[in-house]
Order: sequence, then structure tokens, then C-alpha cells
Amino acid sequence: MSMRGQTTAAAASPAGLEAEVAAAGHRHWPSSWHLFLVPMSALMAFPFLWMLITSVSTLEESRRFPPQLPSSIQWHNFIDAWTMAPFSRWLLNTVVVAAASVVGNLLFCSLAGYALARMRFIGSGVAFMLILATLMVPFQVVMIPTLLIVRAFGMVDSLGGLVVPNLVTPFGIFLLLQFFRTLPVEIEEAARIDGAGRLGTLVKIVLPQMKAPLATVGIMTLLWRWNDFLWPLILITSEDKMTLPLGLATFQGAHFTNWPVLMAGTLMSQLPMLLVFIFAQRWFVQSLASSGIKG
Amino acid sequence: MGAPSDGPVPAGGTPAGRASRWERLLASDHLSGWIFTSPAMILIAVFGLLPIAWSIVLSFQQNDLLSGGTWIGFDNYTRLMQDPVFAHSVRLTVFYTLLFVPISIALALLCAVALNRKLRCIRLYRTAIFLPVVASTVAEAILFNWLLDKDFGIVNAILAKFGIPAQSFFQDPSQALYCIVGMTVWGWLGFSVIIYLAALQGIPKELVEAAAIDGASRWRIFRRVELPLLGPTTLFLVVYLSINALQLFDEIYVTTKGGPLNATLVVVYYLYQEAFQFFEAGYATAIAYVLFIGILVLTVVQLLIGRRFVHYRS
Repeated sequence: MSMRGQTTAAAASPAGLEAEVAAAGHRHWPSSWHLFLVPMSALMAFPFLWMLITSVSTLEESRRFPPQLPSSIQWHNFIDAWTMAPFSRWLLNTVVVAAASVVGNLLFCSLAGYALARMRFIGSGVAFMLILATLMVPFQVVMIPTLLIVRAFGMVDSLGGLVVPNLVTPFGIFLLLQFFRTLPVEIEEAARIDGAGRLGTLVKIVLPQMKAPLATVGIMTLLWRWNDFLWPLILITSEDKMTLPLGLATFQGAHFTNWPVLMAGTLMSQLPMLLVFIFAQRWFVQSLASSGIKG
Repeated sequence: MGAPSDGPVPAGGTPAGRASRWERLLASDHLSGWIFTSPAMILIAVFGLLPIAWSIVLSFQQNDLLSGGTWIGFDNYTRLMQDPVFAHSVRLTVFYTLLFVPISIALALLCAVALNRKLRCIRLYRTAIFLPVVASTVAEAILFNWLLDKDFGIVNAILAKFGIPAQSFFQDPSQALYCIVGMTVWGWLGFSVIIYLAALQGIPKELVEAAAIDGASRWRIFRRVELPLLGPTTLFLVVYLSINALQLFDEIYVTTKGGPLNATLVVVYYLYQEAFQFFEAGYATAIAYVLFIGILVLTVVQLLIGRRFVHYRS
């Protein structure tokens, strides 16, 4: 850390004004925050690093105490994991379930949220209250009846059973509803006077201004469905219908002593989302932040 | 869709009086409002409202999920009040929440304040701290099974360097719950930091600047200006983290399965066992309702306490 780094840090943020004064005597020192951030980030990242190291070790190397770094990189652990369990199938299932849920939520939450925000119709107040009621009920309360309903539709042990109950979330409707209300109504009224219908106004005028909240709903749905465990656990029994979290849990049950292969499988299953996160970090962070504050 | 020109109902060809009624209906929002909301409302009715009503019925039944249940009145609830295992699971869950929430809040606030400045490698720090947010709870739990393995785990190897004997962690009834706390704090920290960081960046710079010009120390600015402005965010996080802590399940399922000796048998895991291992769906639903009421009461209490201490701007 150079002196330049310190002065820009102090000058750039007004919050650092005082720090600049305090640091005037010994300007060569980097910010003391590094003393906290270095061990903290190391602690947060270390489990992932250790997962990576174990995933390229041999079985013997993983059974040494104290552990050592692998002498050579065993990429075949990934191939072994891939062939020992239907990871490609689980990945495909997860992508299908997550994608269908994201599309369903974006579509149905926008329509319902827009109608509840902008239209006065018979029963709109009741509809609003009913959605509010379901928003607060924890999943465990409705889990068993939902299973019975899904069973009545013949969707037990199917991807449809994973998707259909999650095509719309009250949370998504509320989030979008709040954002719809912040938009100026005049543009929509002008479009309506020009002869545009409600749907045309929504699609052409309103939704283009809603990219950030729509991304929030999309990303939240993606994260929820991608990592969901309890619902697949009680719904799915056959291996070829499992999603990644459920598949991983069963994979652990079958190979719990072979840590290198288990770590390779776990790492592999998290890779798609980790890559999406690293490349789209800004979107993820904004989405979580705005949903946290608005939701 | 709602405009007469492209409405789904043909206006022409009907008697004049009806046509004008249709046109009025189409011009108003009554029809289009319901067309817009009906997909969501049908789904919410079938998979939200119906299950809520059904689970009330279920909680008054003895039901093994296979045959139709038999009505037993309040028996599930009276049994619940006398069930020592349920009382134990409630105590565990409350204890877990009392550890998890304050530790998460304190650490997250510290990290957010540290990350909210222009430092070298700040992107690297941020990525490292945010990364566990996207990992699934199952993957995290499998990873911690390995880190905390009693024979070959890296944590025991590090402890050995300091001359501390090998620990059993998840297999030790006196340590298992603390390991769950540590693991879940790690997994959730990124989320709370993101929320705090967004709130910190929303604080008007003029306020901090004015305090600095008035000669307030960095600590005083934090304590007297920034921390009060973070009040609503803290309240939100306390409520949100508490709700999630009371519903802890995935990590327990993958690591300890409620054991050893029921040392991590939290409420939702107990509920799961009753429903899907002992086929007591009615009893499990009664547990779920008590959990729901517990969450509701806690949330209301937190919001009421919060209202006394949290000041909203404008």
C-alpha cells in the first residue's frame, strides 16, 4: 500500500477527512482496515479454497493428518463424480425448474402487480389482502397440504411439481407493485389516450422502466429455486428427477468417505452460480440490496 | 387487452344495449384487472390459500398422509404442550437464534463499514465476503462436514498446531449447535453485508461531512450519525434473520440430522421427522402452526421495540 493509495482514500471519501488529519503524522501506513479485512476475507474464502484443494487430491492425500497439499492435480475426480452420479441430469433439472419459475414469476407478478397498482376493479382490495395473507405464512405451514394438492394433480416426483407451486410468489407481486406505484402515471395516461390498451401500455411503456426491479425478482427467484432443498426433498424420490441440492445430499450419503470426489461434485454443482455471481456481481448486489430494503 | 379495439370479447354483432354495456365494461378496469391478476390469483388460491385452510384442518386430525385422516380435536395441541422433545426443540431453536442473529448483525456491520471505503483490493475483499451468498445451503453443509471432519478435517489440523487435541464438532453433543451457528453465520454474512453496504451508501455525504467539519472524531461520526441512520436497516435485518433462523432446516439435515442425542433437533427438523419419518402429518402441522405464531409474535415484538429506538428519516 503506497502513500498515494492512502491520500486518495482519504480525499475521495468525505468520511475520511478526519482519518486524513489523524494520519498526517504517519502517512506511509496503509489503512488499518486492512488488518481486519485481510483475515476476514481469508476466513470467508478459505472453505472454498480448501474445497478446491481437496477436489484435486488423491484419496490417500485426503486421509493424511495433518493434511498436505496434493503432489499433483487429480482432475479425474471431477470426471469420477460426473460418472458416479447423474450430475448432468441434476444440472439440467435445476436449470429447467429455475428458468420456468423465473419466467413464470416475471410474467405473472408483473401482470398482477401492475393491475393492483394501477387499476380499480371489483375485488381488487380483497385480492390484495389475500396475497398479503399468504406472504406472511412460513412454508412449513403449507408444506404438507401443498404436497397433498400436488399429489392430487398427479405431479408427485415430477419437475412439474417443483415448478407449478412456485410460478408466482407473493413477494414478487409486492416488490413490483411498490415500484409500479413510484412511476409517474402521466405517461401511461397519455398512451391510453392515444389508444393503447392496458397490456400495450404495460409492455411498451411501463416494463422498460422497470428493468432493475424485474432483475431483482428474476435473481431472487433464481437463487431461491436453484438452492431450494426442503420442497424437492419431500416431493422427489427418483434420482433422475432430482435438482442439484437434493442430488448433492444423496451423493454425500453414498460417497461420504471419498472426500476428493465429494468435494469435486460439490464444487462442480456450485460452479454455474459462482460464475454467474462473479460476472454479474453488480446486479446480484443491487438486487439483494433493493429487495432487502423494499421487501 | 382492455381497450375496446383489441378486447377479447367481440363487441359487434350483439344488441345495441348489450354492446354499450360490454364497451363500458371493457373501457373500465373491471375485466382487464381480473384478466391481469387471475393467473397469479389462481396459483395463490390453489398453492397458498387452500393449503393454509387445509393445514388448519390437518392440525386437528391424526393423518398419516396415505389414508384420510381422523378428527381428534385439540389432541395434537394438548400433546404438543406436554411433549418434552418439542419443548427441547423450542429451547434449542431460540438459543440458536439468540446466538446467530446478534453475531451476524455485529459482524456484518463491521464488514460493511470496512468495505464502504476506497481501499486497495476492495473488490477482492468484497467478492470473498459475498461469495457464500450464492452457494447452496446443502453445498455449504457438505463443505463444513469436511472442514470439521474429526479425523482428517483441516480445522482439527489447525487446532493441532496450537496443541489443542482433536475435537468431534458435529459428533459432539456439546459442540454441534455451536458448529451450526458458525457455519450459518459464514453462509449468511454476505447477505447482511450487502444490505448494510447499500444502506451506508445511501447516507447523504453532507451529513458525514458536516460532522467532520464540526470536529467530530471518526468513531463519533459512526456512533452518532451513521449508526442511527442505519436503524431501519438493522431492524429489517434482525427481523429477517430471526425469521430465517427459526426456520433452520437444510444445514441440520445435511450435517447432524438433529443429533447427536437430539443436540441439534431444531423445531423444523422435529416437524420434518414427525411428518415424513413417523407419518404424523397432523401433529407436524400443529407444530408448524405453533412455529408460525411464534414467528408472528417475535416479529411484532421486534417491530414494536424497533419503533421506540429506530428513527426514520423525513
